[in-house]
Amino acid sequence: MSTTWEPVIGLEIHVQLKTATKMFCRCRNGYGGEPNTQTCPVCLAFPGALPVPNRRAIEETIKLGLALECTIADRAIFHRKNYFYPDLPKAYQISQYDEPLCANGRLVVPTADGEVEIGIVRAHLEEDAAKNVHVATSGRIQGATATLVDFNRGGSPLVEIVTAPNIHSADVAKRFLQLLRQTVVELGLSDAELDKGSMRFDVNVSVRPAGSDELRTRTELKNMNSFNFAAKGIEREIARQIKIYENGGTVDQETLHFDPTAEESAPMRSKEEAQDYRYFPEPDLVPLHPAPEMIEGLRGQIGELPTARIRRIANTLSFYDADVLVTGGLDRLWAAVVDGGADPKEAANVLANAFVATGINPSAVNPEEFTKLVASRSEIPRAVFDDALSHVGDPGFSAEPYVAQKAVSDASALEPVIAAVIEANPGQVEQYRGGKQGLLGFFVGQVMKETGGSADPRVVSELVREQLGA
Amino acid sequence: MSAGIDTLRLTAEEALALVESGQVSSVELWQAYRDAINEHDGELHAFLTLVDEPDGSGIPIALKDVISTRGVRTTAASKILENYVPVFDATVAAKCRAAGMTLLGKTNTDEFAMGSSTENSAYGPTHNPWDLSRVPGGSGGGSAAAVSAGLAPWALGSDTGGSVKLPSAFCGNVGLRPTYGTVSRFGVVAFASSLDQVGPVTKNVRDNALLYRIISGRDENDSTTVDVPPIALPEGTDLKGLRIGLPRQLNEVEGIEPGVKAACEAALAKAEELGATIEECELPLSVEYGLACYYLVAPAEASSNLARYDGVRYGLRSEGVDFREMVMHTRHDGFGDEVKRRIMLGTYALSSGYYDAFYGTAQKVRTVIKREHDALFERFDVLVSPTCATTAFPLGAKAQDPLAMYLTDVLTIPANMAGLPGLSIPCGLSDGLPVGLQLVGPQFSESTLYRLGHALEQAIGFDVVPERLR
Repeated sequence: MSTTWEPVIGLEIHVQLKTATKMFCRCRNGYGGEPNTQTCPVCLAFPGALPVPNRRAIEETIKLGLALECTIADRAIFHRKNYFYPDLPKAYQISQYDEPLCANGRLVVPTADGEVEIGIVRAHLEEDAAKNVHVATSGRIQGATATLVDFNRGGSPLVEIVTAPNIHSADVAKRFLQLLRQTVVELGLSDAELDKGSMRFDVNVSVRPAGSDELRTRTELKNMNSFNFAAKGIEREIARQIKIYENGGTVDQETLHFDPTAEESAPMRSKEEAQDYRYFPEPDLVPLHPAPEMIEGLRGQIGELPTARIRRIANTLSFYDADVLVTGGLDRLWAAVVDGGADPKEAANVLANAFVATGINPSAVNPEEFTKLVASRSEIPRAVFDDALSHVGDPGFSAEPYVAQKAVSDASALEPVIAAVIEANPGQVEQYRGGKQGLLGFFVGQVMKETGGSADPRVVSELVREQLGA
Repeated sequence: MSAGIDTLRLTAEEALALVESGQVSSVELWQAYRDAINEHDGELHAFLTLVDEPDGSGIPIALKDVISTRGVRTTAASKILENYVPVFDATVAAKCRAAGMTLLGKTNTDEFAMGSSTENSAYGPTHNPWDLSRVPGGSGGGSAAAVSAGLAPWALGSDTGGSVKLPSAFCGNVGLRPTYGTVSRFGVVAFASSLDQVGPVTKNVRDNALLYRIISGRDENDSTTVDVPPIALPEGTDLKGLRIGLPRQLNEVEGIEPGVKAACEAALAKAEELGATIEECELPLSVEYGLACYYLVAPAEASSNLARYDGVRYGLRSEGVDFREMVMHTRHDGFGDEVKRRIMLGTYALSSGYYDAFYGTAQKVRTVIKREHDALFERFDVLVSPTCATTAFPLGAKAQDPLAMYLTDVLTIPANMAGLPGLSIPCGLSDGLPVGLQLVGPQFSESTLYRLGHALEQAIGFDVVPERLR
């Protein structure tokens, strides 16, 4: 009898806060900049420099904690996590250890099969490391001839979110990450851009016989910079572990470097050389005591969260559409368009497909003009609609000139073109009349081509059928 | 002597009056001290770096070489910082500059302030102005020797386990270790963050109060600083109503020299004559466990604070085939034996599996020490004891015996562990060497300590000029 295996997945997510300044100094916090221009004695760890915590970063962490239904600590402290690495100038990272700002929360993830509640063990605040650039190699540390360090990123505020190991499929893991990202972006805490590293995550994966509650040896997957890669990497790791167990082997605790182009994930380092980080309370900082009024003030700034909106919109549309709209940050625009009289399903389709393809930021779109455009979609040529769509994010965009370019549906204008097409394709005409009805599309296509796409295809189709039927 | 200025006797307050009234220019005054340095520092070695141009309008000062000075080399008496020139001023240095003070130079210390004799300086020891064959105490022996020998009107030291109080006692100066949190540590090369505190080293008590006024206060760059109550300049000698406690365990400590005991008893008799009440009391736990507790907490914090000296960004760099080896070689070559010893002790105390037994327990004991002191301060305004059981010992006497060296601080450490202010004043001579009297009060009681110190100073009439220089 073969065993059914249950994956056990836990996530550790880092989100870089977009505060104006860094976590413990007044340097600009932001992507880019010439290397080592956004630095000071504090973030370069000069002798005697001391950290001063960024109040805004603390508030934003609390805000995220509230959105994740965490308990906000009435006393939180920073710890030092000690290790040597060129990107860590103090040789310790100021982080949080056993007294984090936020703990014991949850995020409910709607799925096609119902809602799944994922436990949030903690959400804490820490500082980011700098960036090592390994010279003249693959970009990885192995075999590098030199390492350059850019301290611009060093000391940026990072929130670390750790889930309980109660995710049991790659799909839920992926949905959780998408939902968390959307939540963070909406709260205004971070741009959470995977490609810029402002959101990063590690995944811990193990498997166990279904029904068991044991926790087997887990592996850690790193370097997954898209949600799809994450899902793929998790699937692959689950399959690998199952295969090992089914062959009577054991899984080693290790960190795997995900390479989307390779068949397997390569081991990075064995946990056998596990670091002793010698955590101890950071003596340069005093304990944090978030005031209850401050916490309530922050709670008041939180609007309807993505989970609740997916739940609500799924009452109107399918779960799938609701999920795409909300996690894509499209649902507010969708609601505006629907309020303007558009068909909910059609509006969702346009947003989830054609609009997403343009890459335009939904918040740049004027909902009124967008509604007008969607409402006339069936009446204007496709090319005109697509052109209009690519400009909806422009300042001062008006649907008017596009809507005015209605498709040609006047039979007297179309009939000569149709006659010419029929004339030019006697073979196809014969086949059609012989019963090959599928060729209708061919004739319509030819007419559309002749008219430069300006004809209304539904009218053309009607007229072609009439003429050929004669 | 330049311009008739007797730097051996001139107090800072008098020097200030001379400059303010225009009798002596700031430059003339600076030059007078510079001449004294040129004459005496060859035999004393109080200075590691001299400034060649006065840069203020007021009176001169010498700063311990753990205090960062913009544009002036700051070595912490370590090879690892041999060529390090800070790009910023420590807050205390900036405050001195803002008050118009001109920097004479940077004074010798045990490497990273770790020691009790200044013999651990990577640049050679400082000699005691009272007897060149003896140590000036440590770690701030350079500042104490400079003030005592008239090479600076006043100076700043830093006190972790007694590094202001002990050298002041050995050199016949007045030295304050302020309440923890009243003086900014920003820019002060860190030894043990939860204990380090910068304090004034002066010829008399009023000078000390004047300088403490200038350097103390909340600093936005040091989160552990607090608002400081106004500091009264001591006047008169009336001690009516002042309740003095004599902790038996401090006053009867093993190995106390008869001459030290006699000088302290004579000073207490004066205090009683001036109206103070004196009563014996007990401080058993603080004295029994203070030193052991200190030698867990201070090295633990030091092991982390000194981890930044990795050769990457500043200071010494020794070559190695990779990052790890470069760091190892740099630290091997750059740190002296005592620093390495404490890094190892501290690393061990923080290691996983030992943390609870060592660092964790030490922090709990620290709370016990605080409570024991707090209880006494319900009955007493000031606790009095010798600053050290002995007078200055010969150079080399304890250099090969770290434990004997550590025991030198057994009387100063308990109050430091409790974060309390302590003032050491000279109270007489024993075999021709100064004896220090330690006055310890509750948090923020500096004004009380100054009141008692000033009254005793007047009553005792101690001559602060070393006999061999008179």
